[in-house]
Amino acid sequence: MSTTAIDVHAGHHHPKGVWPWIMRWVTTTNHKDIGTLYLTFSLVMLFVGGALAWVIRAELWEPGMQFVQPHVFNQMTTVHALVMVFAAIMPAFAGFANWMIPMLIGAPDMALPRLNNWSFWLLPFATGLLILTFFLPGGAPAAGWTMYPPLVLQQGASLPFSIFAVHLLGLSSIMASINIIVTIMNMRAPGMSLMKMPMFCWTWLITAYLIIIAMPVLAGAVTMLLTDQFFGTSFFSAAGGGDPVMYQHIFWFFGHPEVYIIILPAFGIISQVIPAFSRKPLFGYAAMVYATAAIAFLSLIVWAHHMFTVGMPLGGQLFFMLSTMLIAIPTGVKVFNWTATMWRGSLTFETPMLFALGFLFMFTIGGFSGLMLAIAPADFQYHDSYFVVAHFHYVLVPGALFGAFAGAYYWLPKWTGVMYDEKLGRWHFWLSTIFVNLTFFPQHFLGLAGMPRRIPDYAVQFADFNMMSSIGAFGFGAAQLLFVWIVIKAVRGKGEKAADKPWEGAEGLEWTVPSPAPHHTFDTPPVIK
Amino acid sequence: MNRKVGAFAAALAVLAVTFCSAAWADWTLNMPRGVTTISPEIYRLHMLILWVCTVIGVGVFGAMIYAIVTFRKDKGAQPAKFTHNTKAEVIWTTIPALILIALAIPAAETLVKIEDTRDSELTIKVTGFQWGWHYDYIDEGVRFYSFLDRESNAARRLRSGIDPRSVENYLLNVDNPVVVPVDTKVRLLITAADVLHAWWVPQFAVKKDAIPGYVNEAWFTATQTGTFRGQCAELCGMDHGFMPIVVKVVTREEFDEWVAENAAPTMTRSN
Repeated sequence: MSTTAIDVHAGHHHPKGVWPWIMRWVTTTNHKDIGTLYLTFSLVMLFVGGALAWVIRAELWEPGMQFVQPHVFNQMTTVHALVMVFAAIMPAFAGFANWMIPMLIGAPDMALPRLNNWSFWLLPFATGLLILTFFLPGGAPAAGWTMYPPLVLQQGASLPFSIFAVHLLGLSSIMASINIIVTIMNMRAPGMSLMKMPMFCWTWLITAYLIIIAMPVLAGAVTMLLTDQFFGTSFFSAAGGGDPVMYQHIFWFFGHPEVYIIILPAFGIISQVIPAFSRKPLFGYAAMVYATAAIAFLSLIVWAHHMFTVGMPLGGQLFFMLSTMLIAIPTGVKVFNWTATMWRGSLTFETPMLFALGFLFMFTIGGFSGLMLAIAPADFQYHDSYFVVAHFHYVLVPGALFGAFAGAYYWLPKWTGVMYDEKLGRWHFWLSTIFVNLTFFPQHFLGLAGMPRRIPDYAVQFADFNMMSSIGAFGFGAAQLLFVWIVIKAVRGKGEKAADKPWEGAEGLEWTVPSPAPHHTFDTPPVIK
Repeated sequence: MNRKVGAFAAALAVLAVTFCSAAWADWTLNMPRGVTTISPEIYRLHMLILWVCTVIGVGVFGAMIYAIVTFRKDKGAQPAKFTHNTKAEVIWTTIPALILIALAIPAAETLVKIEDTRDSELTIKVTGFQWGWHYDYIDEGVRFYSFLDRESNAARRLRSGIDPRSVENYLLNVDNPVVVPVDTKVRLLITAADVLHAWWVPQFAVKKDAIPGYVNEAWFTATQTGTFRGQCAELCGMDHGFMPIVVKVVTREEFDEWVAENAAPTMTRSN
């Protein structure tokens, strides 16, 4: 590409007219544009999923049915989960990958730019299909995000739509993963060996492999649902010689790697942020890489701990209990290494660091409850109770989502060229932290006291903790509007001009290019000593 | 710094309120110890792992807080240069492994006991369906359906105008409870007629999925009499939240009387 071409392209930042502006975003193959699309989309979806959660928490505000019918409630829980997992959290990290991986490894763009465009643009349509099911006869999917048969086969017109949506979402993330693997494997700047890569690239590389292993399995499982419903097969129908439990095995073979698909990129971001604000290199880099790989491997052999109550043989229960407990070791290594990174550092507490520390504390709480859930006999009490709801929300919200916030604040100056509003950022952190704990901590107690999950109404002894949880949820949702405001301010250029390297302790190639990062970076690869 | 202390105090206040009002309202904060031979063992396992996590948590969070308080740039902290420490890394890989082994042994022992369904003295076939339970005392010839009780069922309608607090055991009461004798090993054969359900009574520490086409086994030996309540624990559609389980544990004599009153006289299974 000639220099003139670059100049012309730079001029395309503000094309005149609505149609060219739309077409610029529809046809873009630039990794930064596509990263922006992913991040914007995921932020919108965070609010869509959040709105559904508000309906759930409003109905659970007090005992009795006040707002929605139980069937509608089940649609809320189901679509809330699907939207948050597939349309909010996963695309958020795909956005980080697109924006940052080429800049972190000194590549000019992603390896497969057109594929990149397509992987993004499948997303809005897939999510649209899913959300449109609210307007179909029988409403949206209501059998839980796990879509267990036979219940899921009682679903009305939404079944094929939601399955097709899952296919498209899977396709999108598989293509994004292929792109990430090819980019990391082939486009690293000269001198950047794999073991010199920033940790975020490592966690994404491993995540991408997990996606390629797990997603097709999900696609297979839901396709079997489809043929059971419409083409007379009985994969999962006992009456026809099939097996409803087989679905659960297949689903969780996808489902457990999926939770690491969600959390590993957040690990990567935390591993970038904590060293930057500790002014000290990441402790035990090699151990961190091996721990990530070990977690990914273990995630493939622990799936049936999600189904201890289905009546597995003793040997199976023992295997899945022990393999699950093993995950605590590499996860512990990660937490210890992050702590050791801060040890004898020189710490400052800007918003990215605050979110990283929030992650460190609260993800660890989620890790502890995860260890408790691994103990099969105790799991007979925890399983399908609010204890599980508390556990996975601790891992997903102050875990994955806080990881994404840490990354957003960390790289926002690079993306927008201005410093975000630090004061508002801190408010956003503290409000989020207080409300997220108010929402999810009481749910541990509810579960231990015997409240099952996925119920629209509950016995009166659960009332007070549920009300607390609802207050927390409303507050948490509202606090996220602050984040939108902070981002809008930064995107509109309101704020102090950001230096190329706005963080004193930050390391990495992304800080060697100007802020905001120009449309094309590293046309000539940098050389790493 | 002051702001952080303030927020921390606020968080503590929230927790304090949580625990104090817990005392007022007689809330349950923890897993019930339960009333069967196995349930206290599960409770102890739960407490063991909870304490292990708490101790590790105090250590890890303590180290994090110490680092946050001590190694601050605004206190003039100079960053050290070290990037790894093999000895420390070996230690914090090995010690968790040892802790896990120590946890796995009692857990496996309990699991083996839970799975031992031999020598039961009473067998009840439990069938979950949308939305209730059917109980079949196979040898005693007692069979009945068990549904959410009338009062709860009226109060739980959308905008029913009935205050759930005015209903005794709201959503946790049924028309026909299960009756079992105390100190007797009761075996449950759990299955489902339509979709998945799960039979869960927290005081018994029994939760088992009811799956169409499968007959799952579970057992309990209740060690005290009383009425114990639970709910379906696997999403089974619209009225998943409205199919409770109530078990009355009675003395052997009361149980025999109950069987005599309720057994279908000469009904054969083919009927």
